[in-house]
Amino acid sequence: MLDVVNLRHTYGEGPNAHQALGGIDLKVAEGELVCVVGPSGCGKSTLLRSIAGLIQPTEGQIRIRDAAVAETPGDLAVVFQDYSRSLFPWMSVGENVALPLRRRGKDRAARRAAAAEALEAVGLSAASGKYPWELSGGMQQRVAIARALAYRPSLLLMDEPFGSVDAQTREDLEDLVLRVREHHRMTILLITHDIDESVYVGDRVVVLSKSPARVAGELSVNLPSPRDQIATRELPAFVHLRAEVGRLVRAKDQVPGA
Amino acid sequence: MINARVVRGVVGVAGLLAVAELIGRSGVVDPVLLPRMSAVLAGAAELLVDPRFLSDISGTLLVWGGGLLIAVVVAAPLGILLGSLPKADLAARPLVEFLRPIPSIVLIPLVTFLLPWDHGVKMTVVVYAALWPVLINTMYGLRDVDPLAKETLRSFGFGKLAVLRRVSLPSAAPFVVTGVRVATSIALIVTISAELLAGGSDGIGAYMIRAQAGFRTDLVLAATVWTGVLGFAANALLVRAHRWAFRWHVVKAGGAT
Repeated sequence: MLDVVNLRHTYGEGPNAHQALGGIDLKVAEGELVCVVGPSGCGKSTLLRSIAGLIQPTEGQIRIRDAAVAETPGDLAVVFQDYSRSLFPWMSVGENVALPLRRRGKDRAARRAAAAEALEAVGLSAASGKYPWELSGGMQQRVAIARALAYRPSLLLMDEPFGSVDAQTREDLEDLVLRVREHHRMTILLITHDIDESVYVGDRVVVLSKSPARVAGELSVNLPSPRDQIATRELPAFVHLRAEVGRLVRAKDQVPGA
Repeated sequence: MINARVVRGVVGVAGLLAVAELIGRSGVVDPVLLPRMSAVLAGAAELLVDPRFLSDISGTLLVWGGGLLIAVVVAAPLGILLGSLPKADLAARPLVEFLRPIPSIVLIPLVTFLLPWDHGVKMTVVVYAALWPVLINTMYGLRDVDPLAKETLRSFGFGKLAVLRRVSLPSAAPFVVTGVRVATSIALIVTISAELLAGGSDGIGAYMIRAQAGFRTDLVLAATVWTGVLGFAANALLVRAHRWAFRWHVVKAGGAT
């Protein structure tokens, strides 16, 4: 459903140019949850922003359901790491979740109903009338996830979605994503620098090399579903997979003098 | 907390009045030049029932309010335009930086030729002075919009105009209102200055000129008291409106996340 072919991106020009993406090929099938891992600064976010149409990549093709990504794709949603900047503080939680649905041509009542349903799915029905800044960080990120859910995108992009919350909240949010994905049959591309997380939530893990990023390797995650924070993580298969991913990440992470 | 603040404020004002009264009574200064504070306050109370002064106040309110309104109607859209089009901003910047420091009072002789209506002359001067804080604050407010907030909406497929309307404008609104608040104080100063310089049929400044001609320093000061009250009330009103309408901004600026 998502098809990325030979994607390259260079920031700037001349001697100061920085090549972030060095030719990435990536496929995500319908209903799949793919995690992209890589060392920090390797260009993971550049990849996501290209797919989301937020930047125009220098070279290469991105197709979603066989349609080239335009400047404003219109059928995807992004959950950013920085929920406090991504949610609009002048709107209530319910209004935040309902806002993107204007693009779906829904009337006010339908938007409200969809927002209420999405907030219920993330366990935040009671917070609809509150403002985002009245909620904890983990709750704010759940609002951002609810906003993406309500939109019913054909592709959900997540950029380090759990990078700014504490460990306990992080595990809760990982399980939340797995649950809603099961329920809504969504296709998700999740970017993270956390190797354990990529194995825990992913159907497949794609490892990027350090900048300029290329695909260093990929692994299918054949762990039993539903996953469990304790039981899954102690499976020999889990331990083996995270070691494999770790090796792939490290192998390309050797910076001379670092 | 708020009560303690009010009490302290009242104590400060009362203290100043008491000192002024003592100086007046000590006989150090000629009471015609500096009347006793009690006489000034009594004069201020009398002015409230003086129909001539009331029409002067309404003249001031007309110039002040009208000038401010026109300034906001012109400057806010212009600021939105310049704030969202970087190229237009670059082209306009030198002009803005040149025009802004020109004292608006210098317009009086010029505009007097063009406009036969004395309220119109004063209003023009007020508009010119009140434009800048609104324009500059609007431009900065728009340039200050969090890029991630805009990208969030863009990623959902919203176009440029929708992003402007749904993200940039609400996000910049508190800055615009702050600009209006600054402009309100400036507009009052310029209104009274223009009335003092250009005279005209009414206005608190025109009243002061007449009172001064009759050596009624107490009434000049009494009119000054009412000018201060007007400025204070307008500012307090706008501060409250700002807090009420932009609670989210107050909370964010306070560092609570």
